[in-house]
Amino acid sequence: MINSRFFNRSELIGFLSLLLLLAVILPFFLDTFRLNLVAKYLTYAFVALGLVMCWGYGGILSLGQGVFFGLGGYCMAMFLKLEASSVANTKIQSTPGIPDFMDWNQITALPMFWKPFHSLPLTIIAILLVPTLLAFIIGAAMFKRRVGGVYFAIITQAIAAIATILIIGQQGYTGGINGMTDLRTLNGWDIRTDHAKVILYFFEVFVLFACIITAQFIRLTKLGRILVAMREQEDRVRFSGYSVANFKIFAFCAAAMFASIGGAMFTLQIGFMSPSFVGIVPSIEMVIYTAVGGRMSIFGAVYGTLLVNYAKTMLSESFPELWLFGLGGLFIAVVLFFPSGLSGIWRDHVARHIDRLIAMRSEKSKRAWAIKSAADGAPAE
Amino acid sequence: MSDEKKPGLHSPLRRKLLMGMAALPAMSLLPRTSFAQAPATSAINTTGLAVTDTEVTVGILHSVTGTMAISETGSVQAEKLAIDQINAMGGVLGRKIKFIQEDGASDWPTFAEKAKKLLVNDKVAAIMGCWTSASRKAVLPVMEQYNGMLYYPTFYEGLEQSKNVIYTGQEATQQILAGLDWVSKTKNGKSYYLIGSDYIWPRTSMKIARKHIEGKLGGKVAGEEYFPLGHTQFNSVINKIKLTKPDVIYAAVVGGSNVAFYKQLKAAGIDLSKQTMLTISVTEDEIDGIGGENIAGAYACMKYFQSLDNPNNKEFVAAFKKMWGEKTVIGDVTQAAYLGPWLWKMTVEKAGSFDIDKIAAASAGIEFTKAPEGYVKIHPNHHLWSKARVGQAQLDGQFKVVYETPELIEPDPFPKGYQ
Repeated sequence: MINSRFFNRSELIGFLSLLLLLAVILPFFLDTFRLNLVAKYLTYAFVALGLVMCWGYGGILSLGQGVFFGLGGYCMAMFLKLEASSVANTKIQSTPGIPDFMDWNQITALPMFWKPFHSLPLTIIAILLVPTLLAFIIGAAMFKRRVGGVYFAIITQAIAAIATILIIGQQGYTGGINGMTDLRTLNGWDIRTDHAKVILYFFEVFVLFACIITAQFIRLTKLGRILVAMREQEDRVRFSGYSVANFKIFAFCAAAMFASIGGAMFTLQIGFMSPSFVGIVPSIEMVIYTAVGGRMSIFGAVYGTLLVNYAKTMLSESFPELWLFGLGGLFIAVVLFFPSGLSGIWRDHVARHIDRLIAMRSEKSKRAWAIKSAADGAPAE
Repeated sequence: MSDEKKPGLHSPLRRKLLMGMAALPAMSLLPRTSFAQAPATSAINTTGLAVTDTEVTVGILHSVTGTMAISETGSVQAEKLAIDQINAMGGVLGRKIKFIQEDGASDWPTFAEKAKKLLVNDKVAAIMGCWTSASRKAVLPVMEQYNGMLYYPTFYEGLEQSKNVIYTGQEATQQILAGLDWVSKTKNGKSYYLIGSDYIWPRTSMKIARKHIEGKLGGKVAGEEYFPLGHTQFNSVINKIKLTKPDVIYAAVVGGSNVAFYKQLKAAGIDLSKQTMLTISVTEDEIDGIGGENIAGAYACMKYFQSLDNPNNKEFVAAFKKMWGEKTVIGDVTQAAYLGPWLWKMTVEKAGSFDIDKIAAASAGIEFTKAPEGYVKIHPNHHLWSKARVGQAQLDGQFKVVYETPELIEPDPFPKGYQ
């Protein structure tokens, strides 16, 4: 059994049931198309997970997580795009060997900052470090000056707007509003086949659980406790001698890194990246996933993301002209009736019953165990 | 058969039955005409598309929510009208067309997701859809991977050709060259000011326009400016226009920006009945928002105007208004969207099959003589032969056609000398 101090009982149930759902039930019951959709939803779960850490625990509301999601996605897309733009594939262009959108924009040589993305290891390092570094700079600039709360949220939103304008404006280097499309292979491996999608799905679930465990680990360390303390009484933490800014920067950077991993996964799963994931609207949507799931709950974030995106797909397939109203209604209902989200429903209505059930069981089994071990002559614990 | 006594395995009927079964393959060798009017589903649908004995399913994939909804709604309406009319005539190969509509939500990844859903889940026989280049670029890899057929209605930048797409709008050279030739000749245009929204279509169009102006017409480009989509402050460029006094303003500003652009031009005292303005991005739909009084006098180069005077168009406009209301206007793209279902129906009937590969191969040479724009024909490069027309905007929001190319223009998505 997993160290009982690492997960308490209800968290363990959450962990195992999520594992069962994602790794066994969904792949078993869904066809590849639907499974690929779930994979897409899960890429947002990385962002939601980051938001649980930085917003739920640290109390730092970022409305610009799309920037980090996009950065990770674009890093991955640049690598895949270069691979898809081999000289043989781009013979009809005036400059073969560069991505097609550069050719349309009269760029004749690959820009310097694209060059590192010829290499997969450098790309992976970029996915992990570039957004984290950006988050560090933003965080250091803001938190050291004690900019927080609503002001910080507004600034992150401005950054999201700037990032979109930059990407769309520099279309020769970024693909503009079209984004980077038609990505085909990863180191020669065709990522578009059904087979590849399934493998990528399991890889993504694996990475997601690695991130969940990391988040849980951070939560349980002293660091995590300071984050919560900071959220509740920032001044008291500061007066106790802790550098509040540094802890905030850390939480923000971690959230950025999670979002970036999600973005990279998204590009792999869907085969393209576009500025429509970077702007203000998607960034706010990502906060909504977390809110629906319950901003204090790591597992709630994953379930919230799955639920909202599933509702989005289903409603838009059934009512193409009215679906946005349905989705809006869902958000209002959740906020009005379940202010702590799915995890609140779980805690108040389900977990209690399970606890009682288990308590009854374990008492019985403890008694049975005692009798049995006494009979075996084994030392009772 | 079911009324007869069922023969057991050992009955004398069994041999006859076996002989009959042996003859089945031979029957498929008979000419198709020997069957009833509707051919067997197994023969015309060998790849498992959503075709039954009575129905065939197609997809409609446009934005009905989000910023593009205002432009794409007309396309959805035109496609539904065409499907209705085809069904009233008996459908395609004896099958009624049923459609599944999906919302692209003005979001390119959503377009890709929904296209995949339509192809993989619903197995639609064709998709009528997309509007912006970005949505088409997002959908294209999906169409190619799952071998679907897309009928794409918008005039666009060219530089693309796919087995899995029929482009029913104009590619850039079809729309640009004839219009520039006309304006250079009749308005004695020597200097041009190019203004566009900042994305791939205006940029590519202006590149082609500049090469044509400088290389073929011997004119010069006085300025070239781009603005982000949704931009509403055009005062700086309007001042530059006033300073440089170009003979022609050549505009490819799209969507809602148009409203601000033309209103500010008027407010700045630029009178479009004196200053020549040629746009490739304003149709009747946009004038609805701009207001006829703000744009009257400007010229637009398109392949279709609602005011075209021919019997096909009169019939089309009447049917469209009957279905969607008297107040609706019909722009260039709406008409191109209307062509999609018709071209698909004729191609299926020529191929005698719903199979995508056979349709792709049979598309070249398909002619549609009842097209509202007059007459169109599919080129082997999957674009349409079509005419270019110049119309002058009127106060009532309609265009008066002032010029039309005498011949159909050949589509040339990869124009030599313009890249």
